[in-house]
Amino acid sequence: MIKFENVSKKFSSSIIALDDINLEISQGEFIFLVGPSGAGKSTLLRILTREITPTSGQVSLDKVDITKIKESEVFKLRRKIGFVFQDFKLLDDRTVFENVALTLEALGKDDDEIRKQVEHTLKLVEIWDRRNLFPRQLSGGEAQRTAMARAIIGKPEILLADEPTGDLDPKTAWGVIQLLNEINSWGTTVLMATHNSEIVNSLKRRVVTLKGGKIIKDSKEGKYDL
Amino acid sequence: MGKYLQYAKRNIRRTPFQAIAASMVMFLTFFALLIFLTLAAGSQEILRFYESKPQVIIFFKDNTSAADVNAIQNALSQEARVASTNYVSQEEALQIYKERNKSDPALLELVTANILPASLEISAKTPEDLGPIAELMSKEPVVDQVLVPKEVVANLTAATRVIRIVGLTTVTFLTAFSLLIILMIIGFKIRLKRSEIEIMMLIGAPNSLIRMPFILEGIFYAAAGALSAWVITYTLLWYFSPFLQNYLGEVQLLPVNPLFMLSLLGVSLVISFIIGGIGSLMAVRRYLRI
Repeated sequence: MIKFENVSKKFSSSIIALDDINLEISQGEFIFLVGPSGAGKSTLLRILTREITPTSGQVSLDKVDITKIKESEVFKLRRKIGFVFQDFKLLDDRTVFENVALTLEALGKDDDEIRKQVEHTLKLVEIWDRRNLFPRQLSGGEAQRTAMARAIIGKPEILLADEPTGDLDPKTAWGVIQLLNEINSWGTTVLMATHNSEIVNSLKRRVVTLKGGKIIKDSKEGKYDL
Repeated sequence: MGKYLQYAKRNIRRTPFQAIAASMVMFLTFFALLIFLTLAAGSQEILRFYESKPQVIIFFKDNTSAADVNAIQNALSQEARVASTNYVSQEEALQIYKERNKSDPALLELVTANILPASLEISAKTPEDLGPIAELMSKEPVVDQVLVPKEVVANLTAATRVIRIVGLTTVTFLTAFSLLIILMIIGFKIRLKRSEIEIMMLIGAPNSLIRMPFILEGIFYAAAGALSAWVITYTLLWYFSPFLQNYLGEVQLLPVNPLFMLSLLGVSLVISFIIGGIGSLMAVRRYLRI
């Protein structure tokens, strides 16, 4: 489904973020991307969303080379992908409901449909009672659940999570992971960059380890091993 | 379009002071534009009024006999360039004077028919005939003064040209200024909403959904300025109509024709759409590279 072939990304002649990456990800997989800071995890995710393009190599999603998609068509690629970030990236001047509705507004859904789907999704991530609050009024876990609701409401094929538990306490972090697990059980491919060894070791999922822009390990039921 | 409008409305509502400032700058541009358009149209109308009345007025010397006047009238009726003549006696001149100054009794007190000259209004067939007729009449011994409105027309034409040039220069400057203001405000808003735009892009919002609300916002500011300028201009014209009409004399321009004002509103709105649209489009292209 997702294929990285000889992908390299250089930000300058001395800064090599990714170096000849070859990686294949099947539909419905749950993959942990691990590695020290600066290993290239976030760069890999950003290439997949076409925020940046690789210096060389090919990245295909459903056999379409996403590096060759026209700028004006990139939004169609992004509709297949949901995002969750460490800093949540919620809009401060919008309520929980409005933040989640944003994805459906971008998809051009009508108001009735938006209301129904947002209600369903907020109930699913258990923050329906917080729907009228603004991000600054939420706890870290609630904010991350809001971000996840926004990411999954458009029913994406892939969910990218960049350090989603980085700012959360262990209990809340586990809640987020359980939610990601559930989303994966629906058939959504989940790609999660993390430093949390406890989570990686407990879940026993595929682990891709990056270091210095290279994949140094790719194990099926891997462990956090640096 | 509904979604674009909804987003634009939210952008405007959440920064009301910027919206008011932008609309006020636009108001200045359109107020100047409407004033100059009104002046230009008014002066054009006055010019047309005088041009449509190619007339020479001759004033007779005191004690000119009726026979002399008749002789001149008869001679003129044979003249191919003359359309008609109208004799205004001293008594009739007094009546006209009284009518024009009825609101000022002081001006009426000392005036009698004797001090007002009798006159003959000679209508020419074309404005080009005015010169030869005036020359012909100036040779008549009973004629004291010949008044040719040709000079009035020339002065009005020059004044109209000045109004057009000054107006066009001012409006061009203000238009460029407004474009830059719209560009600056929309550019500032784009920078302010950088994170929102980034999120919108990441969740797959089409470019149009990101760009169009900013463009509509720019158009709104310009249109709000144009509309308020039109309302103020119309109110001022309506309020000062009696005074201005008194000043204009027999040229009937005021109260201004509502159809003319409606067409001014239409022109202003079209220009506002162009200024707002181009200004915000420039901002979007400059600051929103997506």
